[in-house]
Amino acid sequence: MLHQPVNKAATVERLEAEPVNAAHVRKPLYEKRRKIFPKRAEGRFRQFKWLVMLVTLGIYYLTPWIRWDRGEHAPDQAVLIDLASRRFYFFFIEIWPQEFFFVAGLLVMAGFGLFLVTSAVGRAWCGYTCPQTVWVDLFLVVERFIEGDRNARMRLDAAPWSLDKIRKRVAKHAIWMAIGVATGGAWIFYFADAPSLLASLLTLDAPSVAYTTIAILTATTYVFGGLMREQVCTYMCPWPRIQAAMLDENSLVVTYNDWRGEPRSRHAKKAAAAGEVVGDCVDCNACVAVCPMGIDIRDGQQLECITCALCIDACDGVMDKLGRERGLISYATLSDYAANMSLATSGGTAPIDPTRVRDTNGAFTDDVRDLNWRIILRPRVLLYFGVWTLVGIGLLIGLLARDRLELNVLHDRNPQFVVESDGSVRNGYVVKLLNMIPEQRTISLRIEGMPGATMRVAGQATGRSFTLGVEPDKVTSLKIFVTLPKASFAEAEEGFALVAEDPSSHERDVYQANFNLPGAER
Amino acid sequence: MADKQKHVDEVSGVETTGHEWDGIRELNNPMPRWWVYTFYATMLWGIGYTIAYPAWPLLTEATTGVLGYSSRAQVSTDLADAKAGQASYVKRIASSTVDEIIADPQLQQFAIAAGASAFKVNCAQCHGSGAAGAEGFPNLNDNDWLWGGSPEELYHTIAHGVRHTGDDGTRVSEMPSFADMLTQDELRQTAAYVVSLTGTPSDAALAEPGKQLFADNCASCHGEDATGSRDFGAPNLADAIWLKGSGEQAVIEQMKTPRHGVMPAWLPRLGDNTVKQLAIFVHSLGGGE
Repeated sequence: MLHQPVNKAATVERLEAEPVNAAHVRKPLYEKRRKIFPKRAEGRFRQFKWLVMLVTLGIYYLTPWIRWDRGEHAPDQAVLIDLASRRFYFFFIEIWPQEFFFVAGLLVMAGFGLFLVTSAVGRAWCGYTCPQTVWVDLFLVVERFIEGDRNARMRLDAAPWSLDKIRKRVAKHAIWMAIGVATGGAWIFYFADAPSLLASLLTLDAPSVAYTTIAILTATTYVFGGLMREQVCTYMCPWPRIQAAMLDENSLVVTYNDWRGEPRSRHAKKAAAAGEVVGDCVDCNACVAVCPMGIDIRDGQQLECITCALCIDACDGVMDKLGRERGLISYATLSDYAANMSLATSGGTAPIDPTRVRDTNGAFTDDVRDLNWRIILRPRVLLYFGVWTLVGIGLLIGLLARDRLELNVLHDRNPQFVVESDGSVRNGYVVKLLNMIPEQRTISLRIEGMPGATMRVAGQATGRSFTLGVEPDKVTSLKIFVTLPKASFAEAEEGFALVAEDPSSHERDVYQANFNLPGAER
Repeated sequence: MADKQKHVDEVSGVETTGHEWDGIRELNNPMPRWWVYTFYATMLWGIGYTIAYPAWPLLTEATTGVLGYSSRAQVSTDLADAKAGQASYVKRIASSTVDEIIADPQLQQFAIAAGASAFKVNCAQCHGSGAAGAEGFPNLNDNDWLWGGSPEELYHTIAHGVRHTGDDGTRVSEMPSFADMLTQDELRQTAAYVVSLTGTPSDAALAEPGKQLFADNCASCHGEDATGSRDFGAPNLADAIWLKGSGEQAVIEQMKTPRHGVMPAWLPRLGDNTVKQLAIFVHSLGGGE
């Protein structure tokens, strides 16, 4: 039995843990939820998840408080969705409703971004950045702080009601509620000036919709993050089904490497001494105990697995203790796993024998395939990256080239034309001037073409050009009448151009207008 | 198909529904309890809803619901709210003249919007929804006015109507029939002259004697230069606008058997405010003076 010697000093505690979705559990028609008490994990991935949690929650809670000076005619909140006046502010960008395609473009990017991340590193969205995962993590921190780690929580849950249990439960749920209120509260700050809204919230002067929104989001945060947790991912979320369809044999998935772990043994030393074949897995159930979804990764790839990688941390800790190589549970591709599996089973002809993957010194043979990070750079990933980048560049160009002065013209259709007393013909147009910057501007409006025609605006003398002041960040609507004398009817064929121009910046927009004549004159 | 024995799928360990199609069985995966309870809750909500709100049809009517809600009452409330919201404007319009209203841009805007909606209900039948009129019904967009196009004059015309019996202030004019006074030839000559005033090609040989005929018979109302007179509501015959049709034949017809349009007096029906709003709306159409 040539095998890496087991570290004799190490003792690994075996945890009582059973996966909630084990195949041998006969299921009734309606299932009572089986409680999960995730154990605290420690390791690289846990560290990384703390960092992700800090960054994502930080962004969510703090963004509305960032100030951004836009002058006196626009709000100074960096990110603001102003529904009442239909404006969306994002730092230096201001979006009007008709520019909403920028948001659609961002959603397209988000979609392709998810495809990109999924094809490169598997269900990383689920495991690290999904709000459900992040908030559940946060709620678990609170739970652990009040009630202790897994075993203490299980004991508390099983214990009869006592003053201590009531105190702990009340404290836990109160803090969860407080987090819910903070979460709902942060949400509404995106829709109004945060400092003044907070002040009015505290003095109970805020609009009722603010309180209602906070109440609803408090409820969803509390219920999803505190009470339902993994049920949301397993039963409510469509994303696991979609993501599962996007994985291929080269995607990174959290994998139990049974080619080196099996046959698992709780008494590895004894079994090895008896000459039995033993794998690296000591069946300590640490991976099951830390799993927030309550599953056993050793059962293979499962829908419930959000690839949070906490089982990797737990198992690595055990392997360190035992003096074995890390990575009994690891990020691996299906193709690497299949190759190693084939090695351990002699091409599938024999049961798993981990000695086949090790040389005489107990080290892995050169045939064992390790994760090659270059697998990420495969055509599929590059294609997603390319599309994602293209959409991004397109949006950026669109953003830089977009108009901040827009002219919308609606030609009167009833009546299409008016014959004046002197035989000249008049057409009416409703002109909308969109001044899309938060500054007062003076705009010149003129007609080009149809040299005989004149233009009349209410309150202005007749002529071929006018200047008018437009309010900052507003639409100015006016009715103009264009009159063409009888002698110039031939010019009507070509129509005319209505030009709006900011004389100081030379920003302009042009509308090519038609001019209607009575049927007999055409 | 269904056998009494429960069938359990080997691979997943999950019971099947017992149905089988071409060897394919459907797994009967368990529902989470919370899902089932939520489903029951929606049923209870549905029952509660039909008790609270009008729902169940009976023989002659439907249940009214314990909350006493009705969409018709809601409409009345909404209308009352809208009226209350307009109260300050309505009050200011009542106490201002049409010229004062036009001088206040905000009030003018309100009056135009209100006038436009009153126009569609009361005026569009004759003048058209775009106020462009038709033969016999004046176009209100152009700058040719029988009785004057200032806001004050428009108000008067709308308030008292045209040839409306029973209103002392109504606009009245009547063109006599020339069928017996002028011969057929004279009628043609006069018509040729009138048509020639607007630069329309006509028979100069006919128009020449027509000039004297016009001076003798028509100028007293339509003026020496045929530009009409608002005092009598006599149309301008030297312009491009022909209320009763253009061309020599139409002019002859009008001389022989004059047609006279009638507009009701709107003040008694619509009230002072609405007539003001209508006058301001018509004034804003582009031809107002």
